[in-house]
Amino acid sequence: MPEEMIPDNPTPESAAAPAPAEAVDALAERVLQIIADTQRKSRSLISIDSSFEELGIDSMDGVNIVFALENEFNINVPDDEVKNIRNVRDMVEGVRKLVDDAAPSARPSSPAPSSESDAPAAS
Amino acid sequence: MRRVVITGMGVYCALGRDVNEFREGLRTGRSGITTFSPGEISDLRFTQGGEVKDFNPTDHMPAKEADMVDRFAQFAIVAAAEAVRNSGVELTPELKDNAAIVTGSCVGGQSTENQGFWDVYRMGRNRVHPMTIPKTMANAGASGISLRFGITGPSFTIATACASSAHAIGQAFTMVKSGMTDFAITGGSEAPFSYGLLKAWEAMRVVTPTLCRPFSKDRNGMSLGEGAAMMTIETLEHALARGARPIAEIVGFGMSADAHHITQPSAEGAAKAVTMALKQAGIGPEQIGYVNAHGTGTAVNDVTETRALKLALGDHAYKVAISSSKAMHGHTLGAAGAIESMAAVLAMTGGFIPPTINYNTPDPDCDLDYTPNAARALEFEYAISNSFAFGGLNAVLAFRRI
Repeated sequence: MPEEMIPDNPTPESAAAPAPAEAVDALAERVLQIIADTQRKSRSLISIDSSFEELGIDSMDGVNIVFALENEFNINVPDDEVKNIRNVRDMVEGVRKLVDDAAPSARPSSPAPSSESDAPAAS
Repeated sequence: MRRVVITGMGVYCALGRDVNEFREGLRTGRSGITTFSPGEISDLRFTQGGEVKDFNPTDHMPAKEADMVDRFAQFAIVAAAEAVRNSGVELTPELKDNAAIVTGSCVGGQSTENQGFWDVYRMGRNRVHPMTIPKTMANAGASGISLRFGITGPSFTIATACASSAHAIGQAFTMVKSGMTDFAITGGSEAPFSYGLLKAWEAMRVVTPTLCRPFSKDRNGMSLGEGAAMMTIETLEHALARGARPIAEIVGFGMSADAHHITQPSAEGAAKAVTMALKQAGIGPEQIGYVNAHGTGTAVNDVTETRALKLALGDHAYKVAISSSKAMHGHTLGAAGAIESMAAVLAMTGGFIPPTINYNTPDPDCDLDYTPNAARALEFEYAISNSFAFGGLNAVLAFRRI
């Protein structure tokens, strides 16, 4: 296992001060909600100005968040970009750029797949 | 000589979500086999199995811990937590440094893998979940237990199909007996209910479309099951020094390879493993009070296992109480050796023989005492648990009442 994949000690929930209410646009709100959902944290703990370190997000967590964002926004995030993102604002702006870049070209005919499972549960 | 004892047990399967419920299930001959939960699958030739209904991992562990592992490893953690709790052990820094973890799993986190393949092949997506690799690895159960308890001693996983966790317990027993470690958490877990794997089992034509009827003449296949069983084992000296009450002693471990066929079992290979377990235990066949049979309910296994018991136990094969608990909890593959070892130990400590349920009709080729349909009271000193894997790899564990 590469060293960067070894999880850090997660920051206790209590250590992260509730984020001040702050107006963010709809795209940023979707990103923040996805971070909250994938990290099993309350949305209120996550601010546009949070660093991953403050949120206890390690590199594997980051990869998991990117996976959810790719599905949510129907984008592909290059590996290099993933490594450089260390805070919420960079993540929001990275997503915004990829969404904007994709906008002029024809969208795939299929709707963006949701992150929900649609494989049949055998059990 | 170092004696190895079981001091804690934990189980989570269709027949019981803890040791007490499992013991009562065995004693009352309850069936844990149910119709699969509603899904989109309608084309399987079988619809029932030993599924653990309504398992919510976050009832048992933090959501983030649950997110990191597949269902099979969640079962492993749940069962290990019960075993550690029941053992009363204090995991001191010294013990965590020394303790071993040996688990068995046959197919690992294949539900996670199945989901990824479904996304790629069926849904036409170009990515699978980033945790697919670490959730699929068969050692995720051992790793999850290590992370949960901070145990840093020798830890690994054994994959020998349906004998995986019997080999795992045998290996942990050998490590404690040899002095490599004083304390181990060992057992196995499995969660095989996903569409792709069920189609593979369907293709083998060994799963019953109705009910699993081990040793009954009208048997027509196994029921699959899922779950986990884990036990804490340690030297008798270590257990007594910390004031623990040993539950039972592990006295013998026999293993062999058939070198016969990739799926057809051999009576000689199975008998060799039984004989080796008795030899290590230092006992004769007539001292065995109960055999928890591999007893899958397939046409071939049950007749071959019957022949094997006659080869290994001689005339005592006709006197010893035998049963297959698989009809109650399903064939849990890599967890089977651990769940059934626990059944044997609970029968021994509880003074009863669990029944072979769903038994209808005697088979002239299966003419031993399989404890049909109803448990019975019996005090006995020694029990064995048989596990015979596809690939012809056999493992037999022998236990002694304390």
